[in-house]
Amino acid sequence: MSARTLQGAQGMGTGSRAYRWARRNLFRTWGDALLTIVFGGISLYALFRFVLFLFVNARWEIIEVNLKLLMVGRWPSDELMTMAVSVVVIGLWVGLIAGIVQGRRVRADRSTISSMTRKERIADLTRRFGLIVGTALLLLALTNTAGPWLMAGSTVVAAVFGRVIGGMAGLGGMPQWLTRLGMLAVVGVPVLVYVYLSRTVPLAAWEGFFFNITAAIAGIILCFPLGVLLALARRSKLRLLQSLSILYIEFVRGAPLFVLLLMANVSLEFFVPASIAPSKVVRAVVVFTLFTAAYLAEIVRGGLQSVPRGQEEAAKSLGLSPTKQMGLIVLPQALRNVIPAQIGQFISLFKDTTLAGLALGILDLLGAAEAVTRQEAFRGQGLIIESLVFVGFLFWVGSFTMSRESQRLERKLGVGTR
Amino acid sequence: MTTANASPRPPFYRDVRVLKWVFQLGVFVVVAMIVYWLWGNFRSNTAASGIPTSFDFLSAPTTFTIPGADFSPNEAVRNAFIVGVLNTLRVSIVGIVLATLIGMLVGISRLSRNWVVSRLSAIYVELFRNVPLLVLLTFVFLGVVLQLMPVIAMAWTPLDWFVISNRGIGVPWYEGVSGWSLTLLVAIGLLGWWLIARWRRKVFENTGRPSHAGLLGGGFFVFTLVLGWFVLGGEMSLPVVDGREIAGGIRIDPSFVALVIALSIYTASHIAEIVRGSIQAVPRGQAEAASALALSGFQRMWNVILPQSMRIAIPPLGNQYLNLIKNSSLGAGFAYFDITNVTQITVGNGSPAVPAFFIALVFYVSISLATSTLVNMANRHFRLVER
Repeated sequence: MSARTLQGAQGMGTGSRAYRWARRNLFRTWGDALLTIVFGGISLYALFRFVLFLFVNARWEIIEVNLKLLMVGRWPSDELMTMAVSVVVIGLWVGLIAGIVQGRRVRADRSTISSMTRKERIADLTRRFGLIVGTALLLLALTNTAGPWLMAGSTVVAAVFGRVIGGMAGLGGMPQWLTRLGMLAVVGVPVLVYVYLSRTVPLAAWEGFFFNITAAIAGIILCFPLGVLLALARRSKLRLLQSLSILYIEFVRGAPLFVLLLMANVSLEFFVPASIAPSKVVRAVVVFTLFTAAYLAEIVRGGLQSVPRGQEEAAKSLGLSPTKQMGLIVLPQALRNVIPAQIGQFISLFKDTTLAGLALGILDLLGAAEAVTRQEAFRGQGLIIESLVFVGFLFWVGSFTMSRESQRLERKLGVGTR
Repeated sequence: MTTANASPRPPFYRDVRVLKWVFQLGVFVVVAMIVYWLWGNFRSNTAASGIPTSFDFLSAPTTFTIPGADFSPNEAVRNAFIVGVLNTLRVSIVGIVLATLIGMLVGISRLSRNWVVSRLSAIYVELFRNVPLLVLLTFVFLGVVLQLMPVIAMAWTPLDWFVISNRGIGVPWYEGVSGWSLTLLVAIGLLGWWLIARWRRKVFENTGRPSHAGLLGGGFFVFTLVLGWFVLGGEMSLPVVDGREIAGGIRIDPSFVALVIALSIYTASHIAEIVRGSIQAVPRGQAEAASALALSGFQRMWNVILPQSMRIAIPPLGNQYLNLIKNSSLGAGFAYFDITNVTQITVGNGSPAVPAFFIALVFYVSISLATSTLVNMANRHFRLVER
């Protein structure tokens, strides 16, 4: 084999670039050539069958007809305006935050964007978010009214507007009171949007892909206080606190989320006063919160360990109190270092929200996708494949984009390389 | 001693040692109060609705049957739980073995020089890692196993040894040899394998001749089994289609097949990344040294790189195995009778929910703890001992 490799290597020097590339990467040895032909043939055939399925055989009417059910469940059609307004506001909010972060980075001279040409920047953004934008366009193309297009258009405009304003605020080109107001909006807007949405349709009736997205976001935000406290307790030298925290973390990490959800379905009402009857969505969010807190605690613990001891000692020598040492010096660095791992946890929670549909009978994206195949028009025609391919694709786009962003952040933060 | 007088202890309300304990006690009291509140609610709510809180239900008859196990509805709930535990272990073990094999293969191929092979494995990893397991499982169960596999009347019977249909897969199984003599045979075979391996290792260490321990020992193992089989008069039972059922051999449930496929494909995509990372973590010099010794590509991978990378891979691999065991609870949604499903059904049939789920949780938590203990032991055993 090695002798043959050498001969192959000598033979590679000639010919065109494509020939040399193929020779090096596809046909280096006889074994390689065989592998290339066998696997290449199989994958070409699979690709052919898949394309045939996508564009010829699949009957996408089932998705087209039920798109609203899949996305927002049984949200009343008259109230879709609420949803649209919320999406536009969230778009503005995201733009604002992105702008502020970027502006601050430029001010601190840590931006890499200024070194990019316009063309490079567009290519960079396309690579990062092209998939999401493409999926959004695909979903819009499946609708047959003007409303969703209008919503998407306004969201884009709002996001760009927010990005510009936020960038100015971040650069410090605005009066201080306005910047303060912006900071307040960063926290306040999601709360307001939640109140606005739940006044139209109570939380208990949130369904479809909307449920999956909101439950994941709610879980990851609500678990934060408990997760950080558990991490601090596990790291503390106080024995009693440490054992309580270890007990909680190990118990929750040892239990499957699905079983916890099933348990919440039939036995959560026993543990709260009979006057509170938590709805299914609330049960799901409670379980997600308690479950994710244990995992977040382990992530944050890793982050705390990654902060050099010198930081704490320096803080101590400045005369800061133990609370301030932790809260102002160690914890911010620890949390910053574990942002990629937190995104990973968010991705897995996002994927795990589908379990709530099965365990609690919530009509989430997966539940709705199964339900539509039992509709009279589509029953018994084997359309479950189309429906699940659609669901899998939506989750895949979300998770894949987030995981690539987290890898990018990891490189940027340079965790582990310092 | 005058030093004690020179620096008097601070008053107790400013003494750090005392304050630490006060703080801890405070937190403990708060936690205890929350637990007490939950417990009190539990007691009053169950008392109000007349639901028992004891474990007496374990002795009551199940009133349901478990397909695939001869299990009568009169047996105690306790036995149903045991069947559930065994089914969870069964699917987990098969899943772990398959996931490891696929994951290793994909992880190694991702580093292949062959562009097609490395691209394909990258696509595999990115495709399955980012799809929810439940979507994959639903797809495999409803879309592939139940829809693409033939109905029992048109079952595929490759070689007449297997029966493949959407009512289950029949595979050949042993017959005529009792469990005990089979266990004895396997034990003799394994003992022989171990002795041969020891002997060949010594030969290798003393003379440097290739040991071929796996070939000789494994050969002895197979030979013992085959010989014992004929001596004891063992027979093979082949599965056949009998009306709407599969008779003979052993029948594998469609839900088991779907669960194993989905679990192993999904977990393999995570294992592949671990394997790739740990191979890349082995210093380049090792591969170069192996090439310098004129080892073949396979030898270089199998004898030099993989053993070293496995050392790095053990802890994350253990984590993935744990995830697989916990994820096997999803089978409950697809009529697979694992412990979760047994719990769910018995609660549906009137057993008290809290004690029943408590049993399931204790099982999962203890199996997690056992697995992580095993992983820690393996990690210690294979740790690089440095001088």
